[in-house]
Amino acid sequence: MSANVALILAASAMIGCGIYLLLERSLTRVLVGLVMMSNGVNVLFLVASGPAGRAPIVGRNDPSEMSDPLPQALVLTAIVISLATSAFVLAMAYRSWQLTGHDDVQDDVEDRTIRRLAETDQASDSFDLSSGAAEEDFELPEEEGSRG
Amino acid sequence: MSWLVPLPVLLPLAGAGLTLVLSRRPGLQRAVSTSVLTAVVVIAATLVYATDRDGPQVLWIGAWKVPLGISLVADRLSALMLLVSAVVTLAVLLYSVGQGMTGDESETPLTIYHPTFLVLAAGVSNAFLAGDLFNLFVSFEMLLFASYVLLTLGGTSARIRAGTIYVIVNLLSSSLFLISLAAVYAATGSLNLAQLAGRLDDLPPSVSLVLQLLLLTTFAIKAAVFPLSFWLPDSYPTAPAPVTAVFAGLLTKVGVYAIMRTQTLLFPDRPLTDLLLAAALLTMLVGILGAVAQTDIKRMLSFTLVSHIGYMVLGIGLATVAGFTGAIFYVVHHITIQSTLFLVLGLVERRGGSTSLLKLGGLARLAPVLGVLYFVPAMNLAGIPPMSGFLGKVALTDGAIRVGTPLAYALVAAGMLTSLLTLYAVAKSWNLAFWRTPEQAHEMARALSGLDGDGPAGTEVVVHRDHVHVGTSSVGIGERDEARRILDDDEGTDQDLHQLTSQGLLPNRLPRTMVGATSGLVLCSLALTVVAGPVLGYADRAARDLTDRETYVSVVLPGETP
Repeated sequence: MSANVALILAASAMIGCGIYLLLERSLTRVLVGLVMMSNGVNVLFLVASGPAGRAPIVGRNDPSEMSDPLPQALVLTAIVISLATSAFVLAMAYRSWQLTGHDDVQDDVEDRTIRRLAETDQASDSFDLSSGAAEEDFELPEEEGSRG
Repeated sequence: MSWLVPLPVLLPLAGAGLTLVLSRRPGLQRAVSTSVLTAVVVIAATLVYATDRDGPQVLWIGAWKVPLGISLVADRLSALMLLVSAVVTLAVLLYSVGQGMTGDESETPLTIYHPTFLVLAAGVSNAFLAGDLFNLFVSFEMLLFASYVLLTLGGTSARIRAGTIYVIVNLLSSSLFLISLAAVYAATGSLNLAQLAGRLDDLPPSVSLVLQLLLLTTFAIKAAVFPLSFWLPDSYPTAPAPVTAVFAGLLTKVGVYAIMRTQTLLFPDRPLTDLLLAAALLTMLVGILGAVAQTDIKRMLSFTLVSHIGYMVLGIGLATVAGFTGAIFYVVHHITIQSTLFLVLGLVERRGGSTSLLKLGGLARLAPVLGVLYFVPAMNLAGIPPMSGFLGKVALTDGAIRVGTPLAYALVAAGMLTSLLTLYAVAKSWNLAFWRTPEQAHEMARALSGLDGDGPAGTEVVVHRDHVHVGTSSVGIGERDEARRILDDDEGTDQDLHQLTSQGLLPNRLPRTMVGATSGLVLCSLALTVVAGPVLGYADRAARDLTDRETYVSVVLPGETP
């Protein structure tokens, strides 16, 4: 099977940019990254369907000239799904903005614990057994508060 | 019997539409979803019987010419998974109905809960029945979409935070799945599993290895296998108890099932034993070490969930009939037991106001039924003989010893260690939450919140390198902040069990439906022990089906051989 290099390059560029944006903190940029990535993947399906042909409609074109209709059906399904996910992520970003004033993706609980451990190691080098004075200087950012 | 095959997907979907229409009639909604899921249990049981007697049941949807349409296939493995998942979803539904009737409406809005839950059930059933990769992708999307909604129910800030990570990780894995589908289609021109079974063999080994690794990575994210498991313990504990229960029981197992199916049907010649066994080893150990460090029972159980996925991956990695038998039995055991434990935690949260070990104490005296309901599945999870957890681990160990490579023996040792550490983790939670008195828990919090000095009953409190040592036990310094919140709090949001009971703020009766559904699942897990012989026999036959793909292909595509 001969593949279309331009399509492959376009797909890889889109997926690459998508992954770069995915690594951002802001949920809106993550969403843009996801949309780019899913479009890149859809282009990949065009590569998978082989050389372009005439519209696959029985009776209008000769079957030997038609392009493969199955990947087009798959891409349609994928487009519908990514539309729905985009809407959902947007709603989540808006809700996050309502609740916290920003839409940054926040660290999980273990990450925060590890970060705090790293910070204490910087602050206190000695094996201080006497009191926890050094640890009292900072507090965890309050990010819970779901109850009540 | 093949006309039964699509019903486990169609009935919940129709039910979802119906419950959406009936959103103003909660009573009818409950009746519809309960009867739909009951029907699915019956159908799944029939399918288990039919596949065991007559072999795989195949249905080509829409009666297209044979290789063109979408096929649904129920073989022994699919039917068994369907039955277990249907029983668990039914129990969880009854539980959540019980929860909804006694308050909590603000956190679980009933109008969307039932339709979403039924879509989730349909997605899970479809994943088990899917006969081609794209249908598998669609069913993943169905169940994931329902899970996004269920995980962020109510939109509180903790759930939005956890939900964000969950959604992004899963969207990434969906994209990866689509990329692998494009690659598979480009390489073979088909996505039907039975057709792929033949065509993938003809590809150059390097190409099929890439395809295999792509699919494996995708499914490993869903199944939470070690390097790809960090999203799970973060997102699951924030959801409402029934939601966590159904996620913990089913969603990861769908990933395990997909790994099992693709490994045996598509790539039987390249089992990647070393890779999978190494992943299983790390999943077990990293997961259980995370569980030991937790001071919240929900988080602890989420880590044991990750850890025990390792057992199933071990069975798949061995790629022998004994290994698959053990893995199948372990999946069945683990679905029931993990869901049960999360349901019990929902009861604990209701009765004790929290699942944090700092706040709980004396539950065994306060609610003896709850004590039994927690103790039995917890010991089962740890693998105490003669319960099903023990039998599953014996089957897997047996499979590993028969393979007999050094790595397999290392896995046996890691499995034993994991089992012991699981026992340690659940025994710790039992001692703290159920055995000591609430006063002792309160004293502990008081001691923790202060600085050095005397703790309860003359024990010494020492702060050292980010850990607070109270007598012989030690907790992380972060728990001290929580202890301070407990003592400083006047509004009742952060109080511990001692304070809450002394003020009479807790309900002293648990809703009967919730207890009933949970006890039902506990009884199911005990019944699994009693009928372990027949179930293991069935699992053995299912495992033989998996290793003999000619039968599968010839049933799905009459007249073709791989």
